[in-house]
Amino acid sequence: MLEVKDLKVSFRSEQGLMRAIDGVSFNVGEGEILGMVGESGSGKTVSLLAVMGLINDPNAVIEGSIKFKGRELVGMSNAEMRKLRGREIAMIFQDPMTALTPVYTIGWQIAEQILAHEKISKSAARQKAIDLLAEVNIPNPADAIDRYPHQLSGGMRQRAVIAMALSCNPSLLVADEPTTALDVTVQAQILDLVRKLQRNHKSAVVFITHDMGVIAEIADRVMVMYGGRIVERGQRNELFLKPKHPYTKALLDSIPPLEGEKPKRLRAISGSPPSLLNRPTGCCFGPRCVFRFEACSVQPDLGKSGHAAACFLKGAQ
Amino acid sequence: MFLAIIQRLWQMLFVMFGISVLVFLIFFATPGADPASRIAGRGASAEILEAVRKSFGLDQPIYVQYFTMMKKIFITGDLTSFVNRGWKVVPAVLDTIPVTISLVMGAAILWVVFSMIIGTVAAATKDSWLDRSLMILGLIGISMPVFWLGEVMNLVTQSRFHDTWMFSWVPPLGYKNFIDGPKAWFLTLVIPWITLAILYIGLYGRVLRANLIEAMQEDYVRTARAKGLSETRILLRHALRTSLISFVTLFGLDFGALVGGSALLTEVVFNLHGIGKLTYDALLNLDLPIIMTTVIFASFFVVMANAVVDVLYIILDPRVRKA
Ligand SMILES: Nc1ncnc2c1ncn2[C@@H]1O[C@H](COP(=O)(O)OP(=O)(O)O)[C@@H](O)[C@H]1O
Ligand SMILES: [Mg+2]
Repeated sequence: MLEVKDLKVSFRSEQGLMRAIDGVSFNVGEGEILGMVGESGSGKTVSLLAVMGLINDPNAVIEGSIKFKGRELVGMSNAEMRKLRGREIAMIFQDPMTALTPVYTIGWQIAEQILAHEKISKSAARQKAIDLLAEVNIPNPADAIDRYPHQLSGGMRQRAVIAMALSCNPSLLVADEPTTALDVTVQAQILDLVRKLQRNHKSAVVFITHDMGVIAEIADRVMVMYGGRIVERGQRNELFLKPKHPYTKALLDSIPPLEGEKPKRLRAISGSPPSLLNRPTGCCFGPRCVFRFEACSVQPDLGKSGHAAACFLKGAQ
Repeated sequence: MFLAIIQRLWQMLFVMFGISVLVFLIFFATPGADPASRIAGRGASAEILEAVRKSFGLDQPIYVQYFTMMKKIFITGDLTSFVNRGWKVVPAVLDTIPVTISLVMGAAILWVVFSMIIGTVAAATKDSWLDRSLMILGLIGISMPVFWLGEVMNLVTQSRFHDTWMFSWVPPLGYKNFIDGPKAWFLTLVIPWITLAILYIGLYGRVLRANLIEAMQEDYVRTARAKGLSETRILLRHALRTSLISFVTLFGLDFGALVGGSALLTEVVFNLHGIGKLTYDALLNLDLPIIMTTVIFASFFVVMANAVVDVLYIILDPRVRKA
């Protein structure tokens, strides 16, 4: 349904061109949950903002192809894009505290989105908003609809944001770290909710996180991002059981075990992510990789399909 | 809500009381500032000073003087001028109020409407030639001193081009009462309104543009874009709506100050006998009763304007409403 091919996003800056996304290709099928994981700064947000057409920076250069249901999104006019946004592709952002306009009730904001895309009466839109709030398990939806964002807790606000995102039954839902700003118990509830809604609405979901634990809970397929590239992709179980890329292994090592003795310190990956200005010519993880050898001075390709990693190590391909 | 209003009224009375005491002390109890010697004039003999003190009640204890003056302002309304004995101060001050209010209200309407248009258009066309020219115009408006602008306006509309079709409608300087004919009232005020408003149009337009551009970077604007709303709707319904909160703060301060007498220069240039001009004249010849009365009335309007702003806040920003 969504086909991204060789997407490149760069930002012009005073020091030169900063390439934030460097040739990313992936597909999202109907009704699947694709998990996108990587440390912060790896380009997860930027790649999905590109899909939404929401990179508003005049210095941004977007190359490659993004096809949604067969239509090319790169270079699509803003007016066309607007009809897709919110109706076909919806997005949930990281921080529910700032994602809603403070001066309007949540019901008003949900109805606003419905009215922007559907020809229905205001009272029907309001009724629909109440139903949506009930669906995301907000208690007393008929009462909550007239509350302002600041009157709700972070978890409730994120539920309201999710209700809003689902209001036009989008076929693709992009969730950018929707649980990162919430505390752990609320996180688990939100994950359950996303899974339930995904089943009910039959939407496909791209779920961004930097937390491998969250990926394990929710994703069907996983894409590991590093330095603006995909370093490994595969079915969740394959990837968790037989990680191929050293970076994926390092990420998995950094999850605290659920049972047994906790290690004194979690293993952190030494070194820092590549600078966007001077990318290493070879493998971008090379400078931090303990298995580095001669071949790594050339950029490795990601295999075409199936479980694959962009790495020259034996058994990685 | 009702309770909040009562509370506000109390605060208002308290503030006005504080201000009146303060001003009273500044003029009547500052060491070396002897009102009697001012009234009597330089080099008056001790007997004359004594006689003046008696006649003006300045020989009484200071708190008695204060209460006598307050009684004369608020209850009997028969406070008279020190300089021009027999001239009743309270009606004189009351007469200036419609003049000042007419001037400031009209200018405020102009400046709110035009600065909103300018700020919004500039923010929407950020960095274009239109934005740049509007901002330069704004800067020019801010940098023109109001008395200079007023004189130029007078020169153009009263003498140089008065006989051309453009400005022949401009009546001679001075205020005309609204009840005596709204049309004359309106015509005499058009030029003063524009003159006073220009500074604020420039200022508010620039401030609003900056606020809007900042608001357009907020997360909720990104959410609004993700919802598929049009840029116009996002700008007007989301960014402008939230920017109005700081706009109103600024407006309350300026409006209050202007009604309280800061429109003085405009009043002088256009020969409008408003509260600013009255205070100014009273200060020139240290006419204490008039100064006291205008200050009290001015503080009343400043506090009123702030109360109105607080109410606007409650309407505009749900976060300041009590749950
Ligand atoms: N508007 C922008 N201008 C310049 N650089 C940007 C801009 N937006 C994002 N970047 C850069 O792109 C990189 C990827 O950012 P992002 O996608 O937000 O990372 P993630 O979501 O994975 O944490 C970061 O290094 C960030 O500094
Ligand atoms: Mg991010």
